[in-house]
Amino acid sequence: MSAWETIIGLEVHCQLKTRTKLFCGCRNEFGAPPNSHTCPVCTGQPGALPVLNEEALALALRAAVALGCDVAPRSKFDRKNYFYCDLPKGYQVSQYDEPYCTGGGIDVGEGRFVRLTRIHLEEDAGKAIHDRGDSTLVDLNRAGVPLIESVTEADMRSADEAYAYLTAIKEIFRFAGVSDCDMEKGSLRCDVNVSVHREGEPWGTKVELKNLNSFRNVRDAIEHEVERQIDVIESGGEVVQETRLFDAERGTTRTMRSKEDEHDYRYFPEPDLPPVYVDAETVAAIRASLPELPAARRARYVAELGLSEYDAGVLTSALDVADFFEVTASACGDPKAAANWVANDLMAALGEADASGSAPRDLGTLRVRPEGLAELIGLVAKGTLNVAAARKCLRAMLETGKDAATLVSEMGLEQVSDTGEVERWVRDALAGQEKAVADIKAGNTKAIGAIIGPVMKASGGRANPGLVRETVLRLVAEEH
Amino acid sequence: MSADAATLAAAVARGERGARSVVAEALERIEAGDDAVRAFYRVDRDAALARAEALDARVAAGEDVGPLAGVPVALKGNMCLEGSEAHCGSRVLAGYRPPYTATFVRRLLDAGAVVVGMTNMDEFAMGSSGENSAYGVARNPWDPERTPGGSSAGSAAAVAAGFVPLALGSDTGGSVRQPASFCGISGFKPTYGRVSRYGLIAYGSSLDQVAPLARSVRDLELLFEAISGRDPLDSTCIDDDPVRPLEGEGLAGKRVGVPREYLSDDLDAGVRARVDAALETLGQLGAEVVPVSLPHTEHAVPAYYVVATAEASSNLARYDGVRYGLRAPGDGSLQGMIAATRDAGFGDEVKRRILLGTYVLSSGYYDAWYGRAQRVRGLIARDFARAFEEVDFVAGPTSPTPAFRLGELIEDPVAMYLSDVLTVPVSLAGLPAVSVPCGTTDVALPVGLQLVGRRLADAELLAAARTYQEATEHHLARPQGVPA
Amino acid sequence: MDSDVETVRRTAALARLEITDEEAERLGPQFARILAAFRVLASLDVEGAEAMTHASGEESVLRADEERPSLPVDAALSNAPRRVDDFYGVPKTIGGDG
Repeated sequence: MSAWETIIGLEVHCQLKTRTKLFCGCRNEFGAPPNSHTCPVCTGQPGALPVLNEEALALALRAAVALGCDVAPRSKFDRKNYFYCDLPKGYQVSQYDEPYCTGGGIDVGEGRFVRLTRIHLEEDAGKAIHDRGDSTLVDLNRAGVPLIESVTEADMRSADEAYAYLTAIKEIFRFAGVSDCDMEKGSLRCDVNVSVHREGEPWGTKVELKNLNSFRNVRDAIEHEVERQIDVIESGGEVVQETRLFDAERGTTRTMRSKEDEHDYRYFPEPDLPPVYVDAETVAAIRASLPELPAARRARYVAELGLSEYDAGVLTSALDVADFFEVTASACGDPKAAANWVANDLMAALGEADASGSAPRDLGTLRVRPEGLAELIGLVAKGTLNVAAARKCLRAMLETGKDAATLVSEMGLEQVSDTGEVERWVRDALAGQEKAVADIKAGNTKAIGAIIGPVMKASGGRANPGLVRETVLRLVAEEH
Repeated sequence: MSADAATLAAAVARGERGARSVVAEALERIEAGDDAVRAFYRVDRDAALARAEALDARVAAGEDVGPLAGVPVALKGNMCLEGSEAHCGSRVLAGYRPPYTATFVRRLLDAGAVVVGMTNMDEFAMGSSGENSAYGVARNPWDPERTPGGSSAGSAAAVAAGFVPLALGSDTGGSVRQPASFCGISGFKPTYGRVSRYGLIAYGSSLDQVAPLARSVRDLELLFEAISGRDPLDSTCIDDDPVRPLEGEGLAGKRVGVPREYLSDDLDAGVRARVDAALETLGQLGAEVVPVSLPHTEHAVPAYYVVATAEASSNLARYDGVRYGLRAPGDGSLQGMIAATRDAGFGDEVKRRILLGTYVLSSGYYDAWYGRAQRVRGLIARDFARAFEEVDFVAGPTSPTPAFRLGELIEDPVAMYLSDVLTVPVSLAGLPAVSVPCGTTDVALPVGLQLVGRRLADAELLAAARTYQEATEHHLARPQGVPA
Repeated sequence: MDSDVETVRRTAALARLEITDEEAERLGPQFARILAAFRVLASLDVEGAEAMTHASGEESVLRADEERPSLPVDAALSNAPRRVDDFYGVPKTIGGDG
């Protein structure tokens, strides 16, 4: 028997980072008190009407341009009709047969490209809470929040590829400033279509997976579902077209509804909203305003700036990090040093500042600017500061917001390269260290650390480490 | 009200007459006469008087309180005024008090008008007789056995009965023009998008327009100017200033087209005679009356009912018992509650139309019904566009018959739908149209002349209708017992 | 089972109209009559006719991304048939849009 092949397609919903909702002026904010951000429009009061938020359209277009999609010169909204308690109007305003963009796709590495079928703009539903008391509770704060739904072709062949796709789309949308893509807060949600077949045979029946709350869930759910489908077929059964819910605790899926229960959504053009027209100049302006995207930056950092793949990855984890790095690098003229400082020291400082563990805090909130960091790096390069003192200085900069030069003089951090002074510290350190001296003399250079440590301590970390080393070797040699 | 709105507002603004006395008089007439007419389901006596007194105080302080100073106005039951029950004639919205005020209602108030109450209507504006209401059936002041027309039944009856000089209705397929015609008053459906729909409870969103009713075209113009104009809360509202009335004569040298399809043999003889006479008058007033053709007229009623009910099936999906209005428990499940609420809340005609609208949108039927109806709608709009290359206005009867008897058509939905044949083509095309009285039949029932204008030519259309009206006296006729 | 009645039942379920057998029997024939009267649509040649989906202008209408006051929660919930704390309360249901 030939091997099994898996076919995967994804539908990803992302909430757009607007101030207000898609069709009304209520705040688009996660975690507010229930029903505090609602109005006649988003609660579906009789007689209320929608008006499209221009920023939502602009962000949706940014997403489209970032993913290389073709933007439609004319698109329209449609109503998707179904009944549920979190859907205030009894229909969702979405886009059906004329979405605002089609095509495009994402490189997921290893020469694999996942094509997008389309992206459309739509409104979110409210939230139904089922686990409190004997009623289901409805909160409409989320109703009307702008979403883009991106639908891929069935181009993925493994759970890992689906994972890579999600990671990439999240990175891109964050870079483009389109969405936070935070699955925990529900600003990114993902449904999966998966089927299996034997190589060379026609594709199998696809099953839709829902209720996936993290990228790991997506990967686990696909892996489990693939096994389940193979089991069904190998034991002589048939895969049924249906929607299944993932149970993260058990790591299994269960039937939510079968094909027979599929909705007839009765889509039709939304009469309350005129069509949307987007001209070529608008698209060009958006293209010009997009930042260089993470994959391109990573490649450039490695090829042109000589960074390691790892550092390039860390530096492109968020747009503000990458931008901070680039300004620092060009200001100090040493990309590798800039990369070290940003990727290690600054990211660590950010980690400390953000103990909550949620999405990384903006580098913009730090009291050190790239120019200030570049100045510090310059001081190290000039020999004014050694690395240990520079770290001390950076911490002080983060705390006080003062510049490096000021702090160096205030804190007396300047490196001591005066031969006489260094010699005095070295002589003090050598005293009574016969064993170390003997070892050094015997050519064991590792033993030199036992002398340098106390010297640095005695100098308050200011002694020029190179000069200390040189002096130790000279004095040991001179003794005999 | 004996005086027209323009005269009343001028008297109030000059301090010659108190708004309180104007409003009190309207309230007295309603109190005395509405048991028989049943135009109102709600009269806000105290609020209206308080508001009138406040207006008087402002006038006394030398303020300009607006062009509708102290004029009593009735609102149809599908219009949102914060806190004022708007149930749309439906059990499903029993007790619903909107938490907001419609843009056009806000503008009425800003213009100094006083809302005296809310009027009866066919449930969700679905009907041509006012009989599809869960809250009582309005009567025609000309003959209480007959319908005032629908769906703006109460608003038309309230003006015809002399309770108020002005009322607002809504016109989706003729719901203001036909009752205006049946009640011997003037009613105007503006170009789609001239008046904001924000706060008008939707029936067919691509067709609904807020539409004024009055005894004279001049009053229609006054009211229309007050409520029209751009609204950032309605995306389908035209980005233009309020429409000012055109001064002077509006018919001389104009070409008026009479569609041969509108003068079929089905037309009531009395209607035919009055309309022929009106067309002759138009000629005497300097218009050139010529025949035109609107070839897709016979397809308008089905196209209209497919489009309107499709939109309605979706617009009425929000009545699910979750956020407002009626809730029936059903079997205790969510979906059971929703279904039970809708079953208990909607009347037969609304159910019929929701069923029809759901059917024409459902999988497998969409292309044959809804898709096709949208194209027919395009053809009907094109018919008008071609006619308007030749003529300035299109004229004909508003309704093929005068007011029919209550109960006469209610058991025959198809016949009821077909009675809209002369008003729905205009609605599909989104054009402005006005119905003005053009006399009464042998049995003393009013007949309406419908004039249709080019898209956005609302002011020109009203000027033409006003010219006709001021040259005739049909609009001055009153039902028995209603003072002139 | 009469097919008109069946159509009415199926459509009613889609529209969440809980109709009784008696209602279905009554509405079925009416529904059929209405559709029959509207069949004239099917006979028309609509080839090349543009669908008219919107009755007003042909340009985008957008609003600035600016906050407008929301309703106070009491006003928002003032018409709710059942209020539980600051939520709308509905019969217990499991998740999903079914």
